[in-house]
Amino acid sequence: MAISVKVMRRPEAGRTSYMRATLKGMSLTFRHMVRPTKVTLEYPEEQPELSPRWRGTHRMEVHADGRPKCVACGLCPTVCPANCIRLVGGEDDQGNRYPIVYEIDEFRCIFCGMCQEVCPVEAIHVGQHFENAEYGRDRFVYDLDRLMEQDHPTTLLWDPSDPRSE
Amino acid sequence: MGEMQELSTFWFVTFGAVKVVAVFTVVMAVVAYMTLAERRVSAFIQDRLGPNRVGPFGLLQPIADGIKNIIKEETMPGTAAKFYFVLGPALAIMPAVVTFAVIPFAAPLPTPVGTVDMIVADVPIGILYILALSSLAVYGIVLSGWASNNKYAFLGGLRASAQMISYEVALGLSVIAVLLLAGNVTLTEMVWKQQQLGLWFVFPLSLAFIFFLISALAETNRLPFDMPEAESELITGYHTEYSAMKFSMFFIAEYAHVVTASALMATLFFGGWDIPFWPGDDMFRHEGAWIRGFDESGAPIPTSPSVLITLLTLAAFSAKTGFFLLLYIWIRWTLPRFRYDQVMHLGWKVLLPAALGYIMLIAGTMLVLDQLGVAYGMLYGLVLTAVSGVTTLAFLFFVDRDRVISGAHRKRPGRARVARPAGGPAGRTTSS
Repeated sequence: MAISVKVMRRPEAGRTSYMRATLKGMSLTFRHMVRPTKVTLEYPEEQPELSPRWRGTHRMEVHADGRPKCVACGLCPTVCPANCIRLVGGEDDQGNRYPIVYEIDEFRCIFCGMCQEVCPVEAIHVGQHFENAEYGRDRFVYDLDRLMEQDHPTTLLWDPSDPRSE
Repeated sequence: MGEMQELSTFWFVTFGAVKVVAVFTVVMAVVAYMTLAERRVSAFIQDRLGPNRVGPFGLLQPIADGIKNIIKEETMPGTAAKFYFVLGPALAIMPAVVTFAVIPFAAPLPTPVGTVDMIVADVPIGILYILALSSLAVYGIVLSGWASNNKYAFLGGLRASAQMISYEVALGLSVIAVLLLAGNVTLTEMVWKQQQLGLWFVFPLSLAFIFFLISALAETNRLPFDMPEAESELITGYHTEYSAMKFSMFFIAEYAHVVTASALMATLFFGGWDIPFWPGDDMFRHEGAWIRGFDESGAPIPTSPSVLITLLTLAAFSAKTGFFLLLYIWIRWTLPRFRYDQVMHLGWKVLLPAALGYIMLIAGTMLVLDQLGVAYGMLYGLVLTAVSGVTTLAFLFFVDRDRVISGAHRKRPGRARVARPAGGPAGRTTSS
C-alpha cells in the first residue's frame, strides 16, 4: 500500500487571500475554543479500555489447592526471544514436575506473548495490565510467588470471534 | 451637586499610594492568570485540556509556577557579560509595569474627603508617556540578547530592536489619528471625548484601530510577530540563556505589555471605562465641577460621581480589556509566524504609508467638517465613520490580495524563474 501524501499546491499570484483566510482561521479556532473536541483521557481518574489482546504484566495460573499450574517443561525459557525467563525445575515424590525457581525479568521482557502461546498447561500468561511501576529496579524481577499473586485478567492471544484477526 | 471637593495633599498622597499598590497588584495578578488563560485557551483551541491539576480548573497553576521559578537554580553563562546580563531583565520589566499608570480604569470615585480619580497618575502627557516608556522595553531585550554571548540570543535582540523601531512608527501614526480627533493626549480626556462624540473612536477611526492592533501585536512581540523569540528559528531568542526568575521577568514583562496594550486599545478606541448606550456614566471635570455634557444652549449639565457608577465602569473597562486579552491569545494560536522580511515589508512599505495617508484623510475630513461648522457630536462622528469605513474596506481589499506580503512563488524582478511545462497547472503533481 502506497503512502498517500497530500501535496498542497501553492496558490497562483493574485489568487491568495490574507484577510479572508485569517478570518476563516479565526472562526475555526473560535469554534474549537468554545467547544473543544474531547480526545484526552484523564488517565489516573479515567482508565483506558484495554483490548482483550493487550499483553502486559505476567501472571501464573494456580491450581485450586494453591500450587502453580506450571510443570517446569522448559518450553517458555526456550521460546523466549528476550531470554527473560529463568526456570529451575524439580520433581516431587509422586513424580510431578514443578518449578523450584521461576523468575521473569519484566525489564527484559518484550511482551510478545510467546510464553503463553507455547505453554502446554496454560500456566504462564501475559495479562491485561500495565501499571507495574516500582521504586527500584530490583523489584522488576517477578518471582513465582509474585506471579501467582497477580489477579488481573489474562490476555486472549486471539479474539475467539475473530481468530484470524481480520 | 455639581460642586467638586478637591482632595487635600495628605489624602491625595494616601490615595495615590493605595492606587499604585492596587493597580500593580491587579496587573500582576492579571499577568499571572493570563499565562494560565493562554495555556488553557490554546489547549482548548487544539482540543487538549491544558493545565488542570493544580487547584480547581488549574487555578493555582500560576502560583505553583511562581514558586517554582523562584526556587529554581539561576544559571549564568560563563562567557556572558555579567553586569548587563543581570541588568537586562530588570530593564525589560520596569517599563512594562509602569506604563499602566496613565490609563484610567473607572469613573471617579466619591469619598467623604473628596473625589478620587480612578487612574494612578493623571499626567498631562498621557499617551506620550506610554509611547516613550513602552519602547524603552526593547533596551532590556537588546541588552540581554547581547550580554548572553549567544548567537541566537543576539539575533533575537537585533530583531527585537528592528521590529520595535519599525512598528513604533505605525503605532505612533495610528495614535495621531486619535489625537487629532480627541484634540488632547490625556487618556482621561480621550474617554470624555468619546462620550461626547457618542461614538467610540473605533467607528470614526476604524483604520487607525486596525493599524494600532497590528502594531501593538508587533510591539508586544506576540505572534504572528514574535520575531525576537521565534522558537523554531532562534531557540527562544533573547532569553535563551536565562533561567528561573530572570526568565520569568521577561515573561512577566511580555504579558504586562500585552495587558497594557489591551487596556490602551480599550481606552483609545473602545471608550475606556465608558458604558455603551448610557449617558449616565459620562463624567468629566469642567471648570471645577463634574459635568455629564452640554445642553443645546451650551450650558454644562452637572452630574455627581457615585460608587455604583465607579463599579459599573470598572466592570466595563475590565470586560473590554479582557476581550482584547482573549483576542491576543486567539490570534496567537491561529496565525503562523511571519517571515522576517515580511514583517519589515508590512511595517515600512504598507503600514507606514497607509497610516500617513490615513492621517491626511482624517485631518482633511475634520478640516472640512470644521469649516462647514459641524459641531463635535454624533453627525461629526458619523461622517468620519463613513469616510473611514470606505477607506478601511479599500485597505482590507488591497491587503487581502497577495500584492502586499508575497508568498514564496512571487515573481521578483531580476530573478530568473524556473520554467514550468506549458499547459500544466502551477505547483507540483504527485505520481502514486
